[in-house]
Amino acid sequence: MEAENIITTEELTKRFAGFTAVDAISFNVKKGEIFGFLGANGAGKTTAMRMLCGLSKPTSGKATIAGADVYKQTEQIKKSIGYMSQKFSLYEDLTVKENIRFYGGIYGKTNAFIKEKTAFLLHQLNIENEADKLVASLPLGWKQKLAFSVAIFHEPQIVFLDEPTGGVDPVTRREFWNLIYQASERGITIFVTTHYMDEAEYCNRVSIMVDGKIEALDTPRGLKETYNATTMDDVFLQLARKATRADV
Amino acid sequence: MRTLQFLLQKEFRQIFRDPAILRIIFVMPMMQLLILPWAADYEVKNIKLVVVDHDHSDYSRQFVSKVTASGYFLLNTYTSSYSEASQQIADDKADIAVEIPARFEKDLVKESEAPVFLAVNAVNGVKAVLGAAYLQSIIQDFNNGIRAKWIQMPRLSPEPNIEVVSSNWYNPLMNYKWFMVPGILVVLVTMVGSFLASLNIVKEKEIGTIEQINVTPIKKYHFILGKLIPFWVLGLIILTIGLLISYVAYGIVPAGSFFTIYVFAAAYLLAVLGLGLLVSTFCSTQQQAMLISFFLMMIFILLGGLYTPIESMPTWAQWITRFNPVTYFIHVMRFVILKGSSLADILPQLCIILIFAFVLNSWAVINYRKRA
Repeated sequence: MEAENIITTEELTKRFAGFTAVDAISFNVKKGEIFGFLGANGAGKTTAMRMLCGLSKPTSGKATIAGADVYKQTEQIKKSIGYMSQKFSLYEDLTVKENIRFYGGIYGKTNAFIKEKTAFLLHQLNIENEADKLVASLPLGWKQKLAFSVAIFHEPQIVFLDEPTGGVDPVTRREFWNLIYQASERGITIFVTTHYMDEAEYCNRVSIMVDGKIEALDTPRGLKETYNATTMDDVFLQLARKATRADV
Repeated sequence: MRTLQFLLQKEFRQIFRDPAILRIIFVMPMMQLLILPWAADYEVKNIKLVVVDHDHSDYSRQFVSKVTASGYFLLNTYTSSYSEASQQIADDKADIAVEIPARFEKDLVKESEAPVFLAVNAVNGVKAVLGAAYLQSIIQDFNNGIRAKWIQMPRLSPEPNIEVVSSNWYNPLMNYKWFMVPGILVVLVTMVGSFLASLNIVKEKEIGTIEQINVTPIKKYHFILGKLIPFWVLGLIILTIGLLISYVAYGIVPAGSFFTIYVFAAAYLLAVLGLGLLVSTFCSTQQQAMLISFFLMMIFILLGGLYTPIESMPTWAQWITRFNPVTYFIHVMRFVILKGSSLADILPQLCIILIFAFVLNSWAVINYRKRA
């Protein structure tokens, strides 16, 4: 049985003054999937993701996120998603615990839920000793893992990750992906952008954006067959070389 | 409501964890209130005088000692050469030259009148005007003293004499500190309200946490209230510290009630916080917010009647002062602290400030929504 679609977009477009950042993209993401959203710098990934999160209003086209419309029901969308932006977005001047408590609180979670889940999370990340330290004092890799855990703290249906592993060492990246798999097993849909092609291999399906359009969308294996390549790197290079748009 | 509680908890934690903010809260009011009122004094003192005495008579010496005894003048040089005096003014060693002519005493005795020449260095306009005015009133006094000596029958005095006696109400000793301190308190509260609040919001933009907040179901008004309430409280704390310092250091006890001061301050803070919020919606970096706030503060203070009376500004400038919230608060603070005005007396100002608060906050909220 086919899983239901949790994200659907149809001709979704975003134009800034005289510039089409996202050009009529149409795709679906199935519930529980790990969906890789690839593209060169400036291909329009972040803009597309911001539209799906309700941070940016589309110029035209349709999209629904967990059954909610991106034009009218942004507040409903915000309740059912988690988001981890390119910029590190926890408060550096709050402790680990205080950050978790704050984000749990603003999603309306009860104190009992926050307490129990915090203990679990600290244990899972193995940072119990750092619980009362300021986030600023943690190494980058730990911060990223913490940011991901905070983004899914309220058990969203979908989590959007915008280059979550940028600047992180290979070991930590591996650990990060373990967290992603664990979240996926719990039924959270993962929507992730990345520049690491080994990470693309971990995804169930991958789309590749070139100049604001989705040029390819398939499983990593399917893509490699279609483009007659041995690695995802090859696939990506073949497609990205077609790009005419300068780095934005 | 619970969301707001979490937001407030976060804000207060961050504020009290920031050493810069703590310094601003406690050190800034101390510095401003302990140093500024002494320096920002309208009285002109220590005017450097050069006396050119061509007469060297008893009267000329009496005249000079009367001038120096007034306490406003420092006798810099006593010379008999006018060119030396003018050189002193040119070298900025003297502010006013007084020339006593050669026949000063003789003319005074014989003709009952003698000219005295004043040359004033008017580079510093205030010093020149006030210095010359002081000197003229001393000369007048000297003149009257001589007249009383020479004209034996005052009833037959050829000139009618009207003596003007003034009594200074509300600030009987004409103490400038009493006048400055309420104004400086206003500046402090304004800075906390507009500066700190706008910097705080822009900081969240800069580090990107505002985007994280925007993807949560937090309502706009929750976020804005979460930002306004802490700085509103902070403003009132600064005001309290300021009032305490002005009591301890200058013995200033408001003639009016604290209740009136706090009611007005509470409304005023809403207005300046709205302004801070508005500034933050226009800026994307803390530097921009800083510069805009600085620019606004300069205008607010110079056009707020802190240093120069609004009544003596040109009409167009007076119109601008009406759109300056600082003007109203300085006025109210001086009236309540010195004159003892009641809440009913300052009702018009209170209403205007509430209008300010409403307009600025609405504008900020509308502008904020567009950006998100």
